[in-house]
Amino acid sequence: MIALETQGLKRRFGAFVVTNDVSLRVERGARHALIGPNGAGKTTLINLLTGVLKPSAGCILLEGEDITALPAHRRVKKGITRTFQINQLFGEYTPLETLALAIGERDGIGGNLVRDLGSFDDVVDEAAELLSRFGLGSVMGQRTATLAYGKQRLLEIALAFASKPRVLLLDEPAAGVPEDERHEVLKIVSDLPGDVTVLLIEHDMDLVFSFATCITVLVAGAIFAEGPATEVANDARVKAVYLGESA
Amino acid sequence: MSVVADGSRALAPMPDDAARSQIRRRSRIRLYELVIWFLAVAAIIVLPSKMLILTEIAILALFAVSLDLVLGFAGIVSLGHTAFFGLGAYVAGLFARHYFAEPVAGLILAGAASGLLGFATSFLVLRGSDLTRLMTTLGIALMLGELANQMGWLTGGADGLSGFSLDPILGLFEFDLWGRNGYIYCLAVLFTSTMIARRIAYSPFGLSLKAIKTNPMRAAMVGVPARRRIIIVYTVAAVMAGFSGALLTQTTSFVSPDVLAFHRSADVLLVLVIGGTGYLYGGILGAIGFTLLRDWLSVVTPQYWMFWIGLLLIILVLVGRDRLAGWMQYLPGRLAQSRSSRS
Repeated sequence: MIALETQGLKRRFGAFVVTNDVSLRVERGARHALIGPNGAGKTTLINLLTGVLKPSAGCILLEGEDITALPAHRRVKKGITRTFQINQLFGEYTPLETLALAIGERDGIGGNLVRDLGSFDDVVDEAAELLSRFGLGSVMGQRTATLAYGKQRLLEIALAFASKPRVLLLDEPAAGVPEDERHEVLKIVSDLPGDVTVLLIEHDMDLVFSFATCITVLVAGAIFAEGPATEVANDARVKAVYLGESA
Repeated sequence: MSVVADGSRALAPMPDDAARSQIRRRSRIRLYELVIWFLAVAAIIVLPSKMLILTEIAILALFAVSLDLVLGFAGIVSLGHTAFFGLGAYVAGLFARHYFAEPVAGLILAGAASGLLGFATSFLVLRGSDLTRLMTTLGIALMLGELANQMGWLTGGADGLSGFSLDPILGLFEFDLWGRNGYIYCLAVLFTSTMIARRIAYSPFGLSLKAIKTNPMRAAMVGVPARRRIIIVYTVAAVMAGFSGALLTQTTSFVSPDVLAFHRSADVLLVLVIGGTGYLYGGILGAIGFTLLRDWLSVVTPQYWMFWIGLLLIILVLVGRDRLAGWMQYLPGRLAQSRSSRS
């Protein structure tokens, strides 16, 4: 079953075509990596998939349903969310408040304006449980802006987990994470339930090959190569265009 | 309450308990809140000769609290918040003059009218940057001001609407010559509205508002329907602004196009600059500061008081209110603590 599919997806900024006729298929439960040189349009593609940007042409199907016209928050409700390459957090909120927000929205209580947040024990408990799973239990009451970068990075990922997505897009989750905290991030990602579909953007090739079963190579906005990880890794053209530069 | 706070730090109980108490602590009643309301009530007895200026403060405070919901929580800048204040003022005046002079009924009607206008115009602030929002809101207020000016048959035009008097509040409490009951009435409306705003602020809805303000892209990515939330809070704020306009009409038995003048929108922004945004009491503290300052300056330098207000505004913006509010740190114990731990 296909979890996420794009058909002829196109996005241009003025005359510059950033995403050029991308038709991508991601199997349900896949560990799918999206790689490519800088400026290949990987993040733009994620932005299109999640509704941050509108495509110039083409469509996006989530589990067979056309979500091209839906705004970002509605897509989240349909089960797709993401993390950001550069942390996008709420600096004034504590990690606990941040996750309570996401869990509350997921459970449909976010529009409640008469009950105190503190009266939703199940939301708060789940937020606390998720935080301790991410090793953030000890800092859950501190303002996010004051946290160390590695902790913020973990919160960034925890925040996407809090929505319980069925399709999760990870935009360089390990970027900027200190070497000794990297394994924490990786372990959390690889511990995801098997039915959650993961699309990963990453520059770290060791990480890509240890994680992904399927790889799509994006060059200049278009799909350059696609296939099982081992196949793509041994593809001479891919080596020339991309892997050759870094390995 | 402080016992709970200390316990969670020292004993580190089950994480869930710590989490629950941390979230519950967000909405606990702070000492400064009690002090403000206590002083506001005590003033009825202690300052019987100052009822008129206190009434003015209470009305401005309510107006500012309503703007804080929009500006301090949802992050929507407005240069035309007085559209709702002015509409409420006129509706209350016309209702008392032509139909029914009981104030609470007029208050509710004025709030409903302003709420409708707020709902209708909320769609205009959904799109665009801060600058477009400033222009849109300013434009709406200017248009209403011109309408009030031109529709003399209804509003009395530039001369304003007068020649009506209000019945006793709920048929029980007459507006007296010293303005005592008028102040109590305004204070009651301010208190009720602030408590409602407070309730909203600490609800999941309130949590999502500040998320929209600080990072709209991420807020969308956790599923916050920003447009719907902004429409709702903008409407609620308009209702409260309508209340404050109605209070002005009812306590002065007069309305003129001045209630829709640009300076009122600017004043209420200034009030929030002085008092701070995003915690509701900034509107109340700012209203006290602004009104007392204006009153004092207009006595000391009747011709140039606007100059000093302008200078103060520049200093506030340049130095930054946070640094000016640093004096809070020197307060003893709880007050300083609760102030610094709010987020």
